[in-house]
Amino acid sequence: MHQLTLANISKALAAKQFSARELTSHLLSRIEQLDPQLNSFITVSKESALQQATAADELRSSGINAPLLGLPIAHKDLFCTEGVRTSCASKTLDNFIAPYTATVVDKLNTAGFISLGKLNMDEFAMGSSGETSFYGPSKNPWDTQRIPGGSSSGSAVAVAARLIPVSTGSDSGGSIRQPAAFTGLTGIKPTYGRISRWGMTAYASSLDQAGFLAHNAEDCAMLLQATAGFDERDSTSSQQPVDDYAATLTQPLKGLRIGLPKEYFSSDLDSRIGDVVNNSIEQLKQLGATFVEISLPSLPHAVPAYYVIASAEASTNLARFDGVRFGHRCADPKNLEDLYLRSRDEAFGKEVKRRIMIGTYALSTGYYDAYYLKAQKIRRLIKNDFVSAFKDVDLILGPTTPNLPWLLGSKTNDPVAAYLEDIYTVPANLAGIPGLSMPAGMIDGLPVGVQLLAPYFQEARLLQVAHQFQQHTDWHARTPAGF
Amino acid sequence: MALKRCDVEKLAYLARLGMDDTQIDNTTASLSDVLGMIDAMQAVNTDTIEPLANPLEANQRLRPDTVTESNHRDDYQTLAPAVENGLYLVPKVID
Repeated sequence: MHQLTLANISKALAAKQFSARELTSHLLSRIEQLDPQLNSFITVSKESALQQATAADELRSSGINAPLLGLPIAHKDLFCTEGVRTSCASKTLDNFIAPYTATVVDKLNTAGFISLGKLNMDEFAMGSSGETSFYGPSKNPWDTQRIPGGSSSGSAVAVAARLIPVSTGSDSGGSIRQPAAFTGLTGIKPTYGRISRWGMTAYASSLDQAGFLAHNAEDCAMLLQATAGFDERDSTSSQQPVDDYAATLTQPLKGLRIGLPKEYFSSDLDSRIGDVVNNSIEQLKQLGATFVEISLPSLPHAVPAYYVIASAEASTNLARFDGVRFGHRCADPKNLEDLYLRSRDEAFGKEVKRRIMIGTYALSTGYYDAYYLKAQKIRRLIKNDFVSAFKDVDLILGPTTPNLPWLLGSKTNDPVAAYLEDIYTVPANLAGIPGLSMPAGMIDGLPVGVQLLAPYFQEARLLQVAHQFQQHTDWHARTPAGF
Repeated sequence: MALKRCDVEKLAYLARLGMDDTQIDNTTASLSDVLGMIDAMQAVNTDTIEPLANPLEANQRLRPDTVTESNHRDDYQTLAPAVENGLYLVPKVID
């Protein structure tokens, strides 16, 4: 059962090959047995999951055959879930029981999904390795000595190890696409504003976007269909109509023009990953796509601009954690200032403090123009690069990451080296365009991802290309040994 | 750009992070490295470029100024470290 995709589980439940309760029990026992070595879950919702599964089976017995009824999922631990701890993998929210449910989770619950729990992540989504979690790092099931990527680390690990078929994630600078690439999954970051961010704890509000990790594009399409759309409670939610993603999955690729940005194939790229990307290009050519070289000249400045903007927004968003209304409070504060200073120092990990400090610097008197405003101007240059490129091509293709997943602990003391690993993913967040990573090869037993980028609100095109690729390759269907 | 220790102490205070001496020392080094990487963007000529705050360049959506949410004070205060009679408690501010 645990090897099935979401689409196949849906068919099996409808055909009564097994019940939602049987499936949920099976997955819960796998989590209990296998997760201690992976650390992908922060909270397992065993009792409520079994109750929901029983209820789903009863509904099905009464004749209700909703396609998403009884399907298992787990959520990145920054989505608020009423009555369930929502920690953001931070000490400060270790005891935080969310008083309401995020819109994306609410929509999935309403559609019939069963939540098996909350998934590990980098603290407040700040990290690309999963190592900044208060609850310890998640391990990559393809090699447990290595990082699975981040910040949606648990979301990637739990799906890759087949503990759950799909998960929610969030992507502010690559936090869905990079871990998807590192664990052999398909991960989609929709257009900024496509899925409501209400109830998703903010890291960098102008960059954050909810999305999904799954085994294939078909499952991503099902999840996007169930969650995309306007939400009046999110002031940045888009009113753009939602496409029928399943309808276009099967369309052929003939006539599709795909751009290859030369900046994505520079000397920074591991040449073996370059070979994997080239193989995927050949595969897509056989399916009818044509390729043309393009240029995104501002790409080299994306990482500096991203770390200024994201950190500035993070320092502002995390000002709310003051030890007064919720979150950790220090013992015996001498006065209000002591309460703020010690509560925040004790509550946040090293990387979160570093980003708050960078953001505070970029927004402080005398530096605002040179850093924050400058980064916002570079952000426009990056957006302009994409808008210009998409006048000539339907889609852009390149590597998701410049390197393979690194060894746990190897970049912990070198933040700049870790930040530079985000070079291929942050541009999509700065521009707000949708992106997808799909598995396209293996190197030394480790998965490699290829990234697709599309114009605003063209998620259907990303899913179509990935689906067609997956009809002719089996990289997405591989399972790490022992899982 | 290399930061001085006193710069980092000031930043930590602005961010209300009560860092100890060891943290200040470590942060001075790592923040200088990060700012060195960030400073590469200063070489880009952006004289005629307008800053971009929202990737979709959307304007803030407004709604009628009417009450739409009910009062959840009691629910929210169950999460607070210290409350009394519906008020959040903090150390004495005014003598």
